[in-house]
Formats: sequence, C-alpha cells, structure tokens
Amino acid sequence: MNANGITAAVGEPRPRVEGRLKVTGSAAYVADVPMPDLAHGWMVTATVSRGRIRDIDATDALAMPGVLGVLDHRNARRLNPDAAHHFGPDRGLPMLQDDAVPYAGRPIALVVARTPEQARAAASALRVTYDAEPHDTEFSMNHPAARPASTLFGPEADTGDLEAELAVSTVVVDEVYRTPEENHSAMEPHVATAWWEDGHLYALDSNQGPFSISQVMAMLFFIDRDRVHIRAEHVGGGFGAKTICGAQIILAAMAAEHFRRPVRVALTRRQVFLAIGSRPPTEQRVRIGAGADGRLRAVHHHAAFALSPLAEYIEWCTEQARTLYAAPAIRTELSAVPLDRLPPCTMRGPGATPGSFAFESAVDEVAERLRIDPLRLRLLNQPAASPVSGRPWSTRRLITCLEEGARRFGWAQRDPRPRLRREGNLLVGTGVAAAAFVAGVFPASATIAAETDGTFSVRVGASDIGTGARTALIAVAADALGVSTERIRLHIGDSDLGPNPGAGGSRGTTSCAFAVTEAAKALREKLDDPARPVTVTVDTTPLINWRPAEERNTYSAVFAEVTVDPATGEVRVRRLLGMFAVGRVINPLLARSQLIGGMIGGLSMALHEESVRDPITGRLVTADFAGYHISAHADVPNVEADFVADYEPQDPSGFNGLGEIGNAGVAAAIANAVWHATGTRHRTLPISLGRVVETAAPRDRQEAISAV
Amino acid sequence: MREFAYQRTTQIRDALSSVARHDGARFLAGGTNLVDLMKAGVESPARLVDIRSLALGGISESPDGGLVLGATATNSAVAADPLVRRRYPALSQAILAGASGQLRNMATVGGNLLQRTRCAYFADPSEPCNKRAPGSGCSALGGAHHNHAILGWTEHCVATHPSDMAVPLTAFDAVVRYETLDGPGEVPLSEFYLPVGDRPDRETALPDRALITAVVVPAAEVAGKSRYRKVRERASYAFATVSVAAALDVQDGVVRDVRLALGGVASRPWRARLAESALRGGPVTAERISAAADLEVAAAEPLRDNGYKVTLARNLIEAVLTDLAASSGAASGGAAGNGAAGAGEESDG
Amino acid sequence: MTDDTRSDISLRVNDATYQLAVDNRRTLLDALRDDLSLTGTKKGCDHGQCGACTVLLDGDRVVSCLTLAVVADGADVTTIEGLAGGGELRPIQEAFIRLDGFQCGFCTPGQICSAVGMLAEHAAGWPSAVTRDDSPERTPELSEEEVRERMSGNLCRCGAYPSIVRAILETSVREAVSK
Ligand SMILES: Cc1cc2nc3c(=O)[nH]c(=O)nc-3n(C[C@H](O)[C@H](O)[C@H](O)COP(=O)(O)OP(=O)(O)OC[C@H]3O[C@@H](n4cnc5c(N)ncnc54)[C@H](O)[C@@H]3O)c2cc1C
Ligand code: SF4
Ligand code: FES
Ligand code: FES
Repeated sequence: MNANGITAAVGEPRPRVEGRLKVTGSAAYVADVPMPDLAHGWMVTATVSRGRIRDIDATDALAMPGVLGVLDHRNARRLNPDAAHHFGPDRGLPMLQDDAVPYAGRPIALVVARTPEQARAAASALRVTYDAEPHDTEFSMNHPAARPASTLFGPEADTGDLEAELAVSTVVVDEVYRTPEENHSAMEPHVATAWWEDGHLYALDSNQGPFSISQVMAMLFFIDRDRVHIRAEHVGGGFGAKTICGAQIILAAMAAEHFRRPVRVALTRRQVFLAIGSRPPTEQRVRIGAGADGRLRAVHHHAAFALSPLAEYIEWCTEQARTLYAAPAIRTELSAVPLDRLPPCTMRGPGATPGSFAFESAVDEVAERLRIDPLRLRLLNQPAASPVSGRPWSTRRLITCLEEGARRFGWAQRDPRPRLRREGNLLVGTGVAAAAFVAGVFPASATIAAETDGTFSVRVGASDIGTGARTALIAVAADALGVSTERIRLHIGDSDLGPNPGAGGSRGTTSCAFAVTEAAKALREKLDDPARPVTVTVDTTPLINWRPAEERNTYSAVFAEVTVDPATGEVRVRRLLGMFAVGRVINPLLARSQLIGGMIGGLSMALHEESVRDPITGRLVTADFAGYHISAHADVPNVEADFVADYEPQDPSGFNGLGEIGNAGVAAAIANAVWHATGTRHRTLPISLGRVVETAAPRDRQEAISAV
Repeated sequence: MREFAYQRTTQIRDALSSVARHDGARFLAGGTNLVDLMKAGVESPARLVDIRSLALGGISESPDGGLVLGATATNSAVAADPLVRRRYPALSQAILAGASGQLRNMATVGGNLLQRTRCAYFADPSEPCNKRAPGSGCSALGGAHHNHAILGWTEHCVATHPSDMAVPLTAFDAVVRYETLDGPGEVPLSEFYLPVGDRPDRETALPDRALITAVVVPAAEVAGKSRYRKVRERASYAFATVSVAAALDVQDGVVRDVRLALGGVASRPWRARLAESALRGGPVTAERISAAADLEVAAAEPLRDNGYKVTLARNLIEAVLTDLAASSGAASGGAAGNGAAGAGEESDG
Repeated sequence: MTDDTRSDISLRVNDATYQLAVDNRRTLLDALRDDLSLTGTKKGCDHGQCGACTVLLDGDRVVSCLTLAVVADGADVTTIEGLAGGGELRPIQEAFIRLDGFQCGFCTPGQICSAVGMLAEHAAGWPSAVTRDDSPERTPELSEEEVRERMSGNLCRCGAYPSIVRAILETSVREAVSK
C-alpha cells in the first residue's frame, strides 16, 4: 500500500471475475436453476385498458392435461393493499385481488401446470370477458388531469425574476419537446421461482435489489421481512425494470403457497412489455432567454410525464435546468398526468435522459439563434456554484469534459452553419450536449469475516446486473483490507446479506463500496487479536451525511457525428464520444463498458425506441423486438468513452456512481447533430426516418446522373 | 400452443396425401414463421408435415438459362449461390437484407413466399383482424398503421406483405411451381398474391393443400444489372419500411429493359408497371426517372399516419434507378438533365 | 391421439447422444434447457428476434427458439457449453473476457455461438447485405462493418457491441480455422 492508501486493485482495468462463467454458459441466472417438483405458472393479462372482469371461465383450461389450477381474484389469497415501495404505496402491487382492470396488460390470472407448454396452452383456453369502461390513455402536458408531481426529491427551482429576465433577453427560445414511452428491454425477461417452507418465503428472482424486494414482499404477504429470502446471483440486465417488485415474483409466491409446491413464473417478452413498467412519455416546454453576449438570463423548464393513479412516481426531467448553467432566473416545474396506464418504472438515467434531450436541445437552439458556437455557449455559462441553491460543487469537471472531448473530437474544425457538409447523397453533421446526474449514496450494510484460512468473506446485498459490481467490490474490499483480491470471497445478490439499496440510482456500487470500506476499517482494528474467524458488520445509515454542504453530481460531455440521407430519412450515427467526470474510477475496463453501453442506450433512444399504443384501445402495439426496435450491432459505430481525472470528496474513497450518466446527453447530442446535418430541428423522439425524409428531390441526384 | 402430431416425409406424394388426409395438417419448412405464429396462438395446426427431407433443396439452372430454386432451399443458400449472385444480384441482396443470419439459415424459399403479414394486430388473437378472423374488423385501419400499406389496400385490410425475397422475384417475373394430389401446376408470382378485396384471409392463388416445389426465375439479361435497396427503421435487421428492386438495361442512352418492384407498400410485392413503361424505350434522364417515380406513386393512398411512405417510395425509386443508370456505362453521353433543375421536385407533398 | 403429440428423438449435443421423449410442442431451446439441463443457451424473446438462443445445428447457426426439438431429431447440436472443449476456452471466449465483450452476460452465449457460425459462413465466401463487391468470385474482407451486419441478429441491451466486434475481429483467423 502506498502513502495515499491506494493499493493496486482499485483503478486497475481487470476483467470480470465471473467472466469465465458467462462465456461458457455456466453462470446460473434465475431460470437456469433447477428445482425439484417445480410447477409452471403462465400469466394472463387484461386486454382492455379499463373496466371490470365479468367472468373468467376456466372450465376448458382446467380439463387440459397437466393443469394444476387457475388463480384469479376469486380464489387468490389476500395481499396487503397498503404495500409500498420507494415512491410510497403502490396499489398495483396487490394482484388478483378484485375484478377491476386499471390498465391493459394487468395480470388477471395465473394458470399453473406441470410443464410450461401445458400452462401456456391452458392459459390460451381461458375465456375472459370484460365490462369495458371508457379509458383515457392519451398523454399530453395540457391534459386536464395534469397535477404537480410529487416533491419527494425536493422542491422545484424558482430563483430570480423569470419573466423580467425573459423580457430583456435578446433571444428567447420557447419550444416543446417530446419523448415517447420507452421500454428497458433487458435481455433476460423477468422470472421468479418461489417456494414456502415453515412460514418462510424463498424466491429466486431476477431483480436489481433482493433486499428491497424482500421488504415489499414481506409487506404484501403480511410477514416479517426476515422470513423472506430472495436471491438473484446473476441477473440479465435491468436498467431500472428490475428495481420494482415484479408480477413474476408476486404471482409465483401466491401460487407456490396455493399449490404447496415450488412455482416458476417466467414472463414472456411480450408480457414484460405489457406488465412491467417502462419509462413514461414526457412532454416538456423549455424557455430560455439569453443576451447577445451569449449569457443565459432566464431558464424555464416545465416537464410533464404520464403515470398511473395507482402509484406515485417521479420522472425528474428538470435536473439539468438547475445544474448545468448559470442564469439569474431559473424556474422548473414538474407535472404528472394520471392515465389508465401501467405504473411507470425508472429507466436508465431516469429524468435526466428525457430531460436532457429537451433541455440540451433548447440550449443548442439558443446557440443557433445567437449564431454562437454551441460548445462555446456551454462553456460561457458554467456556474461557480449551484445556480439554484448557491451551494458549491463537491467536484465539477464538466469544463474539462467539454474541452477535452472537443479536442479529441476535432470540434474546432466544425463550421457551425447547418446543411453544409455533404458526402455524396449524405448530409453530415456534428453535435454536442452536456449532462449532469445527481450522485450520492444510500444506506447499506456489509459484513466482513476474517476466516481461519486467511481469506476474507465479504457479504453485501449488492446486485450485479452487468454493472461489474462483483468485480468492483472485490477490488474495493481488497484495498480496504490491504490484501490481494485473491483473498476476498464476495457474496452478493441475497436479501439475507443485510440492508442494501440494490443496483439503482447509480448508487448501488458506491453505496456498497462505502459499506465495505467502513466494515474493512472496523475489522482491521480487530485483526491484532489472532482469534479467527472474526466478523464485523457495518451499516452506513448513521454515517451518511444527508445534508452535505456541497452539491454532488457526475458530469458528461457527449459529441456525435451523424449522416442523414434526406431522400430516405435514414440517420446513422458515425461517431460517438463521451467524456465523463465520475469521481475516482474503480475499474476503468468495466466502467468504460458501462458508459459505452449507456451511450448506446442513448443512441437507441434517439433514433429508434418508441412504445406505440393503439389510439383507440390504448393497448400497446409494439410488444416485441420486431415492433420495438433497439439498436443492434449494425446501428452502433465505434463508441468511445473516457474519463477525466476526478475525485469525489464526499466519498471516503473518491467514488461516484456511473450507471446512468452514460445515457443522459446522448439523445440531445445526436438531435443537435441531425440539425447540423439537415437544418431541421427534431423536437420529438425518436428521430425516425418518417420524420426525417424530405419531399424535395435533392439536387445532387440530378447532378449525379447528368454527370454520367 | 395446441398439441399437434409431427411427421417427417421424404416423398412429395406422402407429404401431399398426409396433408390431404388430416384436417388441420400443415407443411413445416424452416418454421420461422409457422412456429412463431403457433406460439402466438395465431396458427394451431393439428399436424405438422415436415418437408425439409424432401428432395427440394436444390438450386439449378433451367434450360433457358434461368434458375430453378427448390422450395426448401434455405434463404442463405439462395443468397450465396454464385448463379443467383451473378445473374440476379437483386435477389441475393434482397434475401440478405431480410431477417438475421440465423433466420436465413432456417427459412426456405417456399416458406418465405407464404409468410404472413407482420401487422401487430394479426399476431395478437385478442385483437379484431379480418385476416386472422374474417369479419372481425381491421384494427389497423383506425389504429397504429405507421408501417402499413399505401397502395392496393381496402378497408378490410391495410397490411403489407413482409417478404423481401418476393420483391425482386416479382420484378423478374418468377413463377411458382407446385404439386397437388391431382398433379402439378404453376402460377406466375404476379398472380400468386390475391388482391385484398373483402377477404384478406385469402392470400394466395395456391390451391388448397398444394405443396410449392420450386420457384422458377426466367432468364433475363436485365436482371444481371439489378439492385435491391431496403429502407428500414434501423440499420440492423428489421422488416422493410419501403424497399425497391430494380433492374435497368441501358444501351446508347436508351432504356432497353427495366424492372421495378416495391416492397413494404402493399399486401403483395408491388410491380411498378407504370414507372416501367414510362421509362422503357426512352432516354435515361433525371427528369424521366423522376417523372416515372412520381407516376408510380400518384395512385398511392396513404393512411392517416403513413404518408411519409409515399415520399419515401418515390425517392427510393428515383435513387435506385439513378444509381443503376449511373453505374451503367452505356448511359454515358446520352443523358441530359442539367437544365432541368427542379423537375424532380414536383412530387406530391 | 395423445401419442401422436409426443415423439422419441435422438439428439447429439456437444458430442454426446441423448434419447428423449418430447412433447412435439417443445422447442429445441426448451429441450436443451429443461430436459438436458444445458442452460447456457438463453431465452430472450422466444420469437427469433434477439439471437440469445443461437446454437449451431449441423454447423449452421440457428435460433433454437423457433426450432422444434422433434425437427432436430438426429441432428448435431453445438451449444455454448460445447464450445470450450475439455475446459480449454476458445480464443473468442478468451477475447470476450479480456476485452469485456459483455456486461450482464445474458446475450453472451448467443453472441459467441453466432460469431462462430458467422465466421464459418464468411470463410465459405457468403456475402452479406453490406458486401460491396458481391461478385461470387470474391470473398469479402471481414471488416468491422461486415461483422456488425452479420452479427446484427444478436441483440445486446447492455450495449457491449463495440467490444464484441473487437473480440470477433481479433480472433477471426484462429476461430475460422478451428471450426
Ligand atoms: C425476427 C424475424 C425477422 C424477419 N425479418 C424478415 C425480413 O426482414 N424480411 C423477410 O423477407 N422476412 C423476414 N422474416 C421472415 C422469414 O423470412 C420467414 O419467416 C421465412 O422466410 C419463412 O420461411 P420458413 O421456411 O421458415 O417457413 P415456415 O415457417 O416453415 O412456413 C411458413 C408457411 O409456409 C408454408 N409452407 C412452407 N413451405 C411450403 C411449401 N413448400 N409449400 C407449401 N406451403 C409451405 C407453411 O405451411 C407455413 O404456413 C423474419 C422472421 C423473423 C422471425
Ligand atoms: S391490416 Fe390486415 S392484418 Fe392488420 S389488423 Fe387489419 S385486417 Fe388484420
Ligand atoms: S430467444 Fe430465440 S431469438 Fe430470442
Ligand atoms: S451483455 Fe447484457 S445483453 Fe449483452
């Protein structure tokens, strides 16, 4: 160990510890774990957007081979109607409790059989009839039901005299931006296997936080939390969709109790689309006023999103407006519009991702109207302290990100005028966007035991959904204990390992790293005593400073180059570069992968992703990967992500989370590049070809052929 | 999925009589469409008669210099076949533009022609759909139809045919050969897909329970200079938004032969005969190409949300023909068009 | 007629032969996972749209979710478990680890099997949708663009695409030969 207390493990680019398991197919995900006497549950979902179940006729289904029974609201056990998760009570959690259908896709029955084929066949033989009621699924920020969103994340900003500053601005951009409903689409569909033993509930469940899921399940089933044991060793992606207590585990637990045997509920891809919450659509009005000198004077960001009356939810789109730039007047507003839709669920870069698309597009429009280089405009308006709270930044390396990114990208050569660069029939453009994502830690506990064989068992309820948490925490533990990583035995992915926030909010790994570091510190004080094993547990709840004097964020600057074929509307991203300030990096190999992955998610959102609902029935039409397009190999260029030197003073080890900053900013950078290429501003995502294709035949075609 | 019997056949006659004998029996080729739809509950055959062991997998030259594509030849095999690549490059390109490598290794010539529409309502038995449940209504007409038809639809169905392969085959006047218990038969691809009318569930002119044995592509010099261009919602595989198969033979600046077909715009591959005849026999110029493209889409009737496809189809016809004209050395010197700036801009809005 | 709906089949998987009695509805994917406990092959969509279930069937890459198990009767199947012969990782597997060609790892078995099949297709001279000189005389050069196009049937929501492409290109020569 050197003088800084830093050994080799943290900061080293090390491959994933579970790499071999994953490339040989031997990493066991939930659906891979065999279970004796297993029965299979097939979920049945509502096909109307609102109404009542008139009848579920199971006569035929029950007579089919292998069928054990059907659970629905008439025979299902009662669940706690007040069960809550992090946004408060969620009336959507208790399933199969009554005949009400609050949204299309609502689970209304579970058919249980010996094999999945039998369960599926019987499920399609179930005859469900409804008394449909008029529904309202059509979202708009001017919807009469719009109301102020919950202020659980704190009050919205209102500093300075907005209207006065707008009045004296040289240019005022006042535009509305829209992002559609989007789906996480983790490659592993949600699945759970549940069983009961002596009043204890056991479940393997693909989720992002076994501990918090165990809390919700305990509430739902009216039992003590320590009677709920949930494991998720390997999880095939989550992106937020597995932070919630999903239908799969609730139904599996109900069925396992009812049929007195282990039950697996594996959602189909379609059911994941229909019954697992997704990112809500947003509509955002942004007004920005600026002086001729390029100084922003007024910033007004009013964002609205859809939710369900069943549960509170926040899509915090207004974060960028209060963080990125200085302005004498800043106002943010957030509205929620309750509709007959499935309750939404946080998705990678919640709030920041749709929010930054709107806000950073608007900032680009200011640059356009002022005829100022958009990078320069951004640099010109960097605040010394939070423009809303006045608190200083704990660390803010955004300027470095912008400048270093610009240098690597070759921004200086860019002609700011749109629609000038052509390559054959293609228009070429570049764009930039900045982003911030609030950072911090949640309480977590870690237990470390010094074992008799010289190894250290580290137990922490972390989830590794592909984040690299496992590999990162081993490095953190090794450094904190001052030993090599080979001596660390890490146990994660289990609700019995103690309180843990799970992988979410970009805080999973930092929260766990904090707990592990503190536990290691405490343990090292006991190591002089030769008795082994010796164990310590530390819960960081009392150690967290909830009111720090400084604002804590991660930052990014994203640069994109696109080509557009105006005749076909095809947009391709040719280059994508992200510079990130994310504190001290635990493992640059894995961190880079995570950021690149996030950027690709942003690319996908910019160009392809859109959940489409039927305008008449309100039902989802794009409930598979043929209808809901995500970027695949051929859409993805060489994406580059790198870090600027950074250290987070609020964290004992200098860390910050980086799970979501990769997404934010990308859609705006791409949209800005499309403007630069074509001269047309796209304020609605995705920038799909139907929106881009141009009517007039481009002149070059004529030239091309006349030159023949 | 309903339970079903399965049987493998090695003789065409056995396959035919098995399907004739058993109610609800269906041929199974690559299964990439049938098994998919069985899982969705759209298809529920009582018996699958696997035809991949029939000796129908060959690709051979026909006496007139055309090609005979065996019905069970995989899409991959056809796309990689040297004769196909040399004589009908657009056919190879079209197949390669469809689905994924894995699916093309499974999918067959016959199955590709008979694949069902990708209309999302068709694939969801809980939705009304005239094609799946005649008389139940068309959900797409007033629903989500961003990628539905702009040509040849009726209010009974506005779906498109998803096949890429069928588009160049239509342009090349391919003929479908089949076998029934009563003997063999043939139907040109141009008559294979029935007009939508009021029975969108009736899709093809193939006799009931007939087995496609081959697709015959006649010799055509023009096909050697052909191209397929597909526009889709992402660069990675996806069904076509609009696609164009075109072949152009220009000599001394004059169009000797031209073939043009569109995919993604109608219930069947759309042979663009209006555009073809506007071009055939005349000089190849930018104006004439633009005018031909305009002419072909003039009859288009977009739905509420797919008007962009009209523009796209028009532009794509123009782009592909322009590329072909430019790469055909014979056009040199012949083309004018310099002074006619704007000639292409009078397309519909 | 229930007997009609089941079949006795023989599958040769990763060089071992198995006799199975399967429900005709069972897909090869489910047979591998549930009957043979070869759970390395993943189910991401069950409809041919994601590539997570890719295996090699008689050497060709296919999606096992749309392949019925009875259809594979008598065939030779290679799954991710069979790629690393005798515990020795193949070059491509080693490169996936070294270059971090995955995050959650769920799409990884499909990506690797697909890559192995794809390299064989390329070695056989098959063109792709981005092959510019598609004359049959030329084997297209395996560029990044070619790899991306040929691999585009394998979705990765974690977005590991750039490292996957790198891993494939780095090992393409060795992998193509070792097939
Ligand atoms: C995810 C996905 C993406 C796709 N993308 C594309 C795309 O972009 N472009 C495209 O063109 N296609 C695409 N396809 C469709 C694919 O090409 C078709 O599914 C395939 O060509 C069907 O061939 P098959 O042999 O698998 O047919 P099967 O599924 O076996 O059969 C289809 C139908 O044809 C009948 N049939 C098959 N062979 C015969 C015969 N010889 N005689 C009589 N009847 C027969 C069957 O009974 C069945 O009704 C895609 C498919 C999937 C799953
Ligand atoms: S367009 Fe055709 S396939 Fe689609 S819902 Fe209407 S009738 Fe059915
Ligand atoms: S599971 Fe087979 S392709 Fe997705
Ligand atoms: S590694 Fe997670 S989906 Fe590819």
